[in-house]
Amino acid sequence: MIELRDVSKSFTLHNQGSAVIPVMEGASLKVAPGECVALTGASGAGKSTLMRVIYGNYLAASGQVLVAGLDVAQAEPREILALRRETLGYVSQFLRVVPRVPTLEVVAEPLLTIGCDKTEALDKAASLLARLNIPEGLWRLSPTTFSGGEQQRVNIARGFVHDYPALLIDEPTASLDAQNRETVLSLIEEANARGAAIVGIFHDVGARERVCDREINVSEFTPGVAA
Amino acid sequence: MTPLLQVKGIEKRYGARIGCTDVNFDLYPGEVMGIVGESGSGKSTLLNCMAGHLEPDAGQVVFDTRAGGPMDTVTMTEPERRMLGRTDWAFVHQHARDGLRMSVSAGGNIGERLMAVGDRHYGAIRDKAVDWLGRVEIDESRVDDRPTAFSGGMQQRLQIARNLVTGPRLVFMDEPTGGLDVSVQARLLDLLRGLVREMGLSAIIVTHDLAVVRLLADRLMVMKSGHVVEAGLTDQVLDDPQHGYTQLLVSSVLQV
Repeated sequence: MIELRDVSKSFTLHNQGSAVIPVMEGASLKVAPGECVALTGASGAGKSTLMRVIYGNYLAASGQVLVAGLDVAQAEPREILALRRETLGYVSQFLRVVPRVPTLEVVAEPLLTIGCDKTEALDKAASLLARLNIPEGLWRLSPTTFSGGEQQRVNIARGFVHDYPALLIDEPTASLDAQNRETVLSLIEEANARGAAIVGIFHDVGARERVCDREINVSEFTPGVAA
Repeated sequence: MTPLLQVKGIEKRYGARIGCTDVNFDLYPGEVMGIVGESGSGKSTLLNCMAGHLEPDAGQVVFDTRAGGPMDTVTMTEPERRMLGRTDWAFVHQHARDGLRMSVSAGGNIGERLMAVGDRHYGAIRDKAVDWLGRVEIDESRVDDRPTAFSGGMQQRLQIARNLVTGPRLVFMDEPTGGLDVSVQARLLDLLRGLVREMGLSAIIVTHDLAVVRLLADRLMVMKSGHVVEAGLTDQVLDDPQHGYTQLLVSSVLQV
């Protein structure tokens, strides 16, 4: 489902003496449907970079990034947009929304953009919000004023509302209490069970060991460290 | 799929000075494209060339018309271009005053565009006007008021209603949220996003506000001194800018 072939990434800082910072070299990995893979490595090793290269908001310098057969490194913007609508979900650490839009609609939006019936989409969003313990009184409000943990759960609900065949998850349990952590982990397990290919970053070792089948240490791809 | 709009080698010069040059892109149905750049970079010149307000010195603007398929709008006749401007195209000006008739009622402003495409039944026109006022969140009771009695944000929303009432397929917007206070901006963004999704509109938005394009645009084009220096997926251009100027632009945004 997700496959990287010899991908490299570097940043060129034109305004700081054109410094070129190579951050990734020779990255190759393969994630099959129904598999959950954890990216590990110290802070700054390039876990998030790798994830963004897969999602397409970082441009790979060379190599192929194949998601459901589409090479994200070469594809046209509209092909990537279609991929993100239908196939590839991303639960980031930060919620980014249009101000003033109610939480329920924020969560239902991925379904609405693929043309799902509005009532059905809102129902599904409501059941996920309930499961993630967001009080019903907050559903009509915009999530911009919510606490960090609440925003994170809204973001998770948004990422799981559509059954994406491929999912990228960045630190899903970072600021959650035990009960919500449990819910999030079971959401991940359910997604896995229905055949989603998942790439995740988990600093929470317990969570990682529970949901992940494999670990990939990204420092292997850090230039200068790899042989 | 046929692109809705194909822009090929557009160039506009003001004497020896370059307005914009060598602009090429395809816009597909349902896509929203942002054009950013500093003042004087040629964004508005480009937008006006595409919308037929300025005649480009070179290049083609091919639009996929409903009746005749892809046609070059630069070389089509003036009446044809005007018809397009009333039906499939819409243009939202930065200053609502440029896009509204200030001495005609709000309902009249919306109705005028309907009459221009052949609607004659007064009741039907008025019903549609009231419906659209509601969609842009202006109270029905204001239908007979002139836009001079409206606030800046309301005028801008009225301008959007006037433009969208005929169900255009392509909307050109020049700084649609410029000069509005932030709470009104947020409402307008929410409104535009909803309309884009429901009506399947394509849009080209010129702005210098990077936060606006991040929320509204699928694609982004960055201009500097009349040239397109970078283009691509909005979040890719903003998160991982490749060109020195884009990097400067992105790193210059004040964090709130």
